[in-house]
Amino acid sequence: MADGVKPRVKVPKTAAAGEAIQIKTLISHQMESGQRKDKEGNVIPRSIINRFTCDFNGQNVIDVTLEPAISTNPYIEFAATVPEAGEFKFTWYDDDGSVYEDAKAIAIG
Amino acid sequence: MNLSRRDTLALGLGAVALTIMPYRANAAADDLIAAFTGGAEVTDGGVTLTAPEIAENGNTVPIEVSADGAEAIMVLALGNPTPPVATFKFGPLAGAQAASTRIRLAGTQDVVAIAKMSDGSFKRASSTVKVTIGGCGG
Amino acid sequence: MTLKPITAAIAVLAGTSTLAFADESAKLVVNGEIEMVTQTEAPEHAENLSEIYSGWVFRTDETQALQMDDFDNPGMVFVDLGMDQWNAVEGSEGKSCASCHEDVETSMKGVRAVYPKWNETAGEVRTLAHQINDCRENQMGADKWKYDGGDMANMEALISVQSRGMPVNVAIDGPVQAAWEAGKEMYYTRFGQLELSCANCHEENYGNMIRADHLSQGQINGFPVYRLKNAKLNTSHARFKGCIRDTRAETFKPGSPEFVALELYVASRGNGLSVEGPSVRN
Repeated sequence: MADGVKPRVKVPKTAAAGEAIQIKTLISHQMESGQRKDKEGNVIPRSIINRFTCDFNGQNVIDVTLEPAISTNPYIEFAATVPEAGEFKFTWYDDDGSVYEDAKAIAIG
Repeated sequence: MNLSRRDTLALGLGAVALTIMPYRANAAADDLIAAFTGGAEVTDGGVTLTAPEIAENGNTVPIEVSADGAEAIMVLALGNPTPPVATFKFGPLAGAQAASTRIRLAGTQDVVAIAKMSDGSFKRASSTVKVTIGGCGG
Repeated sequence: MTLKPITAAIAVLAGTSTLAFADESAKLVVNGEIEMVTQTEAPEHAENLSEIYSGWVFRTDETQALQMDDFDNPGMVFVDLGMDQWNAVEGSEGKSCASCHEDVETSMKGVRAVYPKWNETAGEVRTLAHQINDCRENQMGADKWKYDGGDMANMEALISVQSRGMPVNVAIDGPVQAAWEAGKEMYYTRFGQLELSCANCHEENYGNMIRADHLSQGQINGFPVYRLKNAKLNTSHARFKGCIRDTRAETFKPGSPEFVALELYVASRGNGLSVEGPSVRN
């Protein structure tokens, strides 16, 4: 697991049943594009978060394929429908095989 | 011609330096679009791509894509070394077929969004983003 | 070809530095709660300015928006990392910052707003970074952090957040006066092959464009700053080092007495602006 990779997610604490809410996600990750060269002129190999998914109570909300053109510290904002109380699961997949996760609960009210 | 440092700074004022990517059709991008659409026709409209007219810095450019009734939206940067940017697939619990992110643009270029609609059609939107060379230190 | 008439014309325009492109009426409110003062009357000791403006004012609408919500602001994830560091036990004494300072929100409230400042025991002007390293070395028995490295920037961001919205208020007299005078002299000294002083750009030409950059007043109320250009937190000494390097001069080291003096002087030019750190800039 890469050092200093930390997710940061904003989910409202409550929602009305069936309401669409805005979710903001960010993860601290260098997103090495594979375009840069080091001081000796060697290409620094690509190493990025290549996929992000959000699921709610087992159902998919969004599935994003990320390419090297996504900026360092990838930010993804999207809307989710909240049919009932439950938990959002956020998953980021790294080129190096690491998987980062975060979860946020939401109540109906 | 004797240019003092003050003159150089004065000349620099108001000069906007642009890096302009080749403005020709991008073959690699066309292939990617064909792969996404399976060769189907792509029409304009039905998808919105929001991007700044002038990017404050090409390293981090905020964009938003939105297409009511879309299954997926693919974003390409036609002037980047490799065009793919991201593909957003909306699941059953998506609250809207829309998403925002921040992208890297190597220079002034067209950013393109292709939406795959749930009725099998494909829609397209494009936005020209000017990417400038910054001030001191670029 | 004589450039004198052109220079004169532009000098007239530059002399009346206007905020071209900046939306003066834009207000910065963070999370719908923290009202920031991004524009106010210049302090007396900044004699050549009538109004002072935060760097936020000079950025595009899109960049300004990034700072208005703590979940839009990419710098805030580094505050989270700073919080992890605050609680991490390190060094021979088996302590973390929290062991002595406990809750960061209480113990660090208002601290960033008055730094750099005089440390009576040490008998010198201290910056936040110096103080942090002093604690690490002498209280925790831990290794010092690189002065402008990521760990230090994260911690500075965590501590800055506890002063957000509060006015910058650094002392310029008393025991710090000598350092303040030294910083002031440096601010007006031309450096490098390009012979540019801080004042040439940030006092005489703020609001104008330098190539495609919208020049700010060079205030540091927003530090540490998340720059879109390098997508990470930057400390004030790292920025000073870069600015002087950009005049094609032999630049100074982060943490050097020169930069400590300069930081004190530049901070004082912003007395009255709100602490914004971590801010978002180009």
